[in-house]
Amino acid sequence: MYGFEALTFNVHGGYLEAIVRGYRSGLLTAADYNNLCQCETLDDVKMHLSATEYGPYLQNEPSPLHTTTIVEKCTLKLVDEYKHMLCQATEPLSTFLEYITYGYMIDNVVLIVTGTLHERDVQELLEKCHPLGMFDSIATLAVAQNMRELYRLVLVDTPLAPYFSECITSEDLDDMNIEIMRNTLYKAYLEDFYNFCQKLGGATAEIMSDLLAFEADRRAVNITINSIGTELTRDDRRKLYSNFGLLYPYGHEELAICEDIDQVRGVMEKYPPYQSIFAKISYGESQMLDKAFYEEEVKRLCLAFEQQFHYAVFFAYMRLSEQEIRNLMWISECVAQNQKSRIHDSVVFIF
Amino acid sequence: MKFFDDLAPMDHFRSEDMSLVQLIMPVESAQLAVSYLGEIGLLQFKDLNEEKSPFQRTFVNQVKRCGEMSRKLRFFADQISKAGVTTYPDSASEEVIDLEQLEIRLSEHEVELLEMNRNSEKLQQTYNELLEFKLVLLKAGRFLGSAQNHAVMAETELVENNYSMKDEDGLSLLEQSIQPEPSNMAGLRFISGIICQSKELTFERMLFRATRGNMFFNQAPAGEQVMDPVSGEKVHKTVFVVFFSGEQAKSKILKICQAFGASCYPVPEENNKQKQLAHEVSLRLSELEVTLDAGMRHRNKALASIGSQLWNWTIMVKKEKAVYDTLNMLNFDVTKKCLVGEGWCPTFAKPQIKEALHHATIHSNSQVGIIFHDMDSSESPPTYFRTNRFTNAFQEIVDAYGVARFQEANPAVYSVITFPFLFAVMFGDWGHGLCLLLGSLVLILHEKKLGSQKLGSFMEMAYGGRYVLLLMALFSIYCGLLYNEFFSVPFYIFGESAYKCRNADCSDVHTVGLIKYRDPYPFGVDPKWRGSRSELPFLNSLKMKMSILLGVSQMNLGIILSYFDAKFHANPLDIQYQFIPQMIFLNSLFGYLALLIVIKWCTGSQADLYHVMIYMFLEPFGNLGENQLFWGQKELQVTLCIHLLYREMDVFSMCSTTEILLLVLVIIEVCLILYADIIIDSGHSGSSLDAFSKTIYLEETTDRGRTYGILGTSEMDVDHEPDSARHQHHEDFNFSEVFVHQMIHSIEFVLGAVSNTASYLRLWALSLAHSELSTVFYEKLLLLAWGYDSIVIRITGLVVFAFATAFVLLMMETLSALLHALRLHWVEFMGKFYHGDGYKFKPFSFKLLADEED
Repeated sequence: MYGFEALTFNVHGGYLEAIVRGYRSGLLTAADYNNLCQCETLDDVKMHLSATEYGPYLQNEPSPLHTTTIVEKCTLKLVDEYKHMLCQATEPLSTFLEYITYGYMIDNVVLIVTGTLHERDVQELLEKCHPLGMFDSIATLAVAQNMRELYRLVLVDTPLAPYFSECITSEDLDDMNIEIMRNTLYKAYLEDFYNFCQKLGGATAEIMSDLLAFEADRRAVNITINSIGTELTRDDRRKLYSNFGLLYPYGHEELAICEDIDQVRGVMEKYPPYQSIFAKISYGESQMLDKAFYEEEVKRLCLAFEQQFHYAVFFAYMRLSEQEIRNLMWISECVAQNQKSRIHDSVVFIF
Repeated sequence: MKFFDDLAPMDHFRSEDMSLVQLIMPVESAQLAVSYLGEIGLLQFKDLNEEKSPFQRTFVNQVKRCGEMSRKLRFFADQISKAGVTTYPDSASEEVIDLEQLEIRLSEHEVELLEMNRNSEKLQQTYNELLEFKLVLLKAGRFLGSAQNHAVMAETELVENNYSMKDEDGLSLLEQSIQPEPSNMAGLRFISGIICQSKELTFERMLFRATRGNMFFNQAPAGEQVMDPVSGEKVHKTVFVVFFSGEQAKSKILKICQAFGASCYPVPEENNKQKQLAHEVSLRLSELEVTLDAGMRHRNKALASIGSQLWNWTIMVKKEKAVYDTLNMLNFDVTKKCLVGEGWCPTFAKPQIKEALHHATIHSNSQVGIIFHDMDSSESPPTYFRTNRFTNAFQEIVDAYGVARFQEANPAVYSVITFPFLFAVMFGDWGHGLCLLLGSLVLILHEKKLGSQKLGSFMEMAYGGRYVLLLMALFSIYCGLLYNEFFSVPFYIFGESAYKCRNADCSDVHTVGLIKYRDPYPFGVDPKWRGSRSELPFLNSLKMKMSILLGVSQMNLGIILSYFDAKFHANPLDIQYQFIPQMIFLNSLFGYLALLIVIKWCTGSQADLYHVMIYMFLEPFGNLGENQLFWGQKELQVTLCIHLLYREMDVFSMCSTTEILLLVLVIIEVCLILYADIIIDSGHSGSSLDAFSKTIYLEETTDRGRTYGILGTSEMDVDHEPDSARHQHHEDFNFSEVFVHQMIHSIEFVLGAVSNTASYLRLWALSLAHSELSTVFYEKLLLLAWGYDSIVIRITGLVVFAFATAFVLLMMETLSALLHALRLHWVEFMGKFYHGDGYKFKPFSFKLLADEED
């Protein structure tokens, strides 16, 4: 019943919405970032963060800090918050929250499979995995030799199983295959998530479809740019695009035949929402594209908080804190390597 | 008015006189001085470096060092609690060490402890491995033994199975014959190991899938719990043996084992070897155990020695950190090598502070003394009341509404009595009062013991308000005696009742009533009323009128306090145009009603007060003689009433059919006069509204030069002057804003007078509810159960009655009466005069610091 969420939403979702909005108000502000950017050492970063929500997570770290520790602890905070929310959630919010982690799961699967392909130690790889995307038998991924085995041995137990229907082959795994697998999985995941949100209806569907469409379009652009100059055929490339979003279907047809970045630009500039993104970037440049997309995404995510009684705030919060952790990682890295002039290259202010 | 001026000043009535002081300290004595000030705890430093981020401040390194030290201390505390060592704070050997020594000692201890941890962890790991191995040997050996017994029978079948599977897999038979195991003719091999019980199911499933079912899984619970080296917790583990064939399967299974964190141990198949190994393992285990124990003892000793000092160290580090945090709030003047600080302190504490600063100068062997002098400020000072453990709770009640503006009349002084009293009016029952009294006495007698330990949230609340509770209980007993209620049972305490039944068997008490035959009952309500026909009408009328009397007097007190405030702050406008109209309005309406009530009580008249009050407005000139109920009274009363009515007319300036409207007009007119004055006023001073800040402003402009003259530094020009208090806030005088504000205020008061008086009727309502509820519990539970002859029913009834009384009447009713009393104070009483927009005095004090952490 669209428009009537106010009547019943708070029965199950009210508490958690309040919680997530409380979490959001703990996100670092522009003033915090300005202070962080002035730090001289990582200890200064720690000291500044000790006054924020990250304080309790960092306070027991012995003094020579590393960027990885900071990022690890910040991620731990996000994970704790997520787990708290998941514990409290009832259907369908719990499913919605679980959907958010599937993206991390896909990344983890790809990370482990690529790692084992290059004969890295599994334990070392596991430490690099995002804790939100962990599942029971993730370490067993190392056993698999090809896609079919991968599916049959491990992934059949995970929620990712249905997404595999597109990409079960008996070919041995190689880098190209894995990348295709990642994108196919992601495509299936996004479509599934999109459909799920549509089923939820109401403001959730409205806002989430906007956010997911943006995500899908961004992936389409990235796939196109990354596959330029590789042996991926146009049809294969076309297949990796998600079947929704602003670019679907005509934009996809055009993207599929792009040969260089300026052609991509030509395609994207036909879509008014993306015009502003590409307007910031000079011709032939693709380095700054990521940042421009992130900025646009952050803007949209923040807007999700303007409306009440919907689930998109949870998605938005998770994404925003992920962005925040990325920012912190970049800042700490710049501080640690004494490259403070480059701090502003990649930090996306959230507020 | 002269009388009021001559009254001795009440200590608690106005917050302490505060002065803004400036400290100029040489760097060498600054730290000592600040720590001495922390001991005194009567100076609130102002943050003069607000625009600087924490790591840009002067003493950031020291703060960091303290942070690092407290991290180490937390680490020790964590280790101590993990090791389960009980330590006693060793107050006897309180040695004095300075921070540098402490830092060195702490890092020594940390290194030592880490080293010990590493060693014991290594040992523990080996120990765990051996223990696991032993368990595997024990359990897996049993499987193998039984497997060998059955081997002969199973062999043929297995071989067939294997061949058929291998064929399907397209492997050549040659491969099979290449790897004949001498011990097992079926080509079966096995891996044995141990795994967490929680992972066992998925592990088995995964093995099954990976080998496509070509395996045999056997498992048994390990029986013993094994310590997990990572988390240090004991976990249940399961021993397993997997039988399989083929080299590929082996590598797969090993990978899966690794992925699941299962540790594999080779188990020899022969029984003899097994026994031999088991023996060896047990030997080494016992050896290790001895080493581990020795290590543990050593570690515990070290921890205990740390633990005895831990408390002192923690306090010390915390103090140091607080000192440096405070020093960071001071302005650092590089050229002059001195720190400039500003802060508020109560005026009475100045000699004390001066003395401490003097000591600091001497103890730090500083050549230059610390300069301590007053400053002037337009900023309103913080509010500081010196409370003791008795008044503290009442002050908290007031502060919960809003911290008093500087030197504003403090309602807490009156709340000490009015709050428990209003509570008791609603809670009047001397039985329940006695229960409360017992509870509060227990809390007060165990004050010391309870104060030192950590309490739950509910107990914390009860403990904090123990003296409130005590007064509430005493007043409840008093009101209960007045109402003559003891668990709703009337008692003949003060003699015989004044009433008796009309006939001997008292059958018509509920229908006809009683007759009076002697002097009234000397104290409180006559017990005979209980259960009689006229009980409720009588009590309701009594309590209702009493509520109005209490309300009117409390509201009057509030308005009178606003007079004292205006007087204190020398604000004649407020007296003339706010206090006097408010007094007249309230008293001509409800004061008059209260008077009528008292007269009616004294004379025993039958007049209908509703009628009088209503027709006072509807027909102000109507002949009161038409009011039948009123006509029969004494002449004095009539003239009084008419006099009052006319006085009221007089106040309302003109006669009109709708008095209220006119009254609003009058008040607005009054406000207009007020504004006219303000405009003239502001034209003169160009500053703010109240005379108080005006004078301050004038003083300050004259004193400014002097203040700077002392500092005399070229660096400190006016722009960089750290004192934010000196920044002038010129309030723009906005006529319409003030007008609207004042209009809202007057309308609110006029409407509020009616609704607030009505609000006091809650006293009656709650008191009625309380007594009815206890009657229900008493009659419908206790008496009903007592009517039966069965002991079981009687005891059940008694128990249910006790619980109902304890939870519903003693806890919930207490809470609800408490909340209503709170509301009456916050809204009806304090709303009349209290601004509550001040801020609390938060001195830099080590004592508060210690409390905070607990």
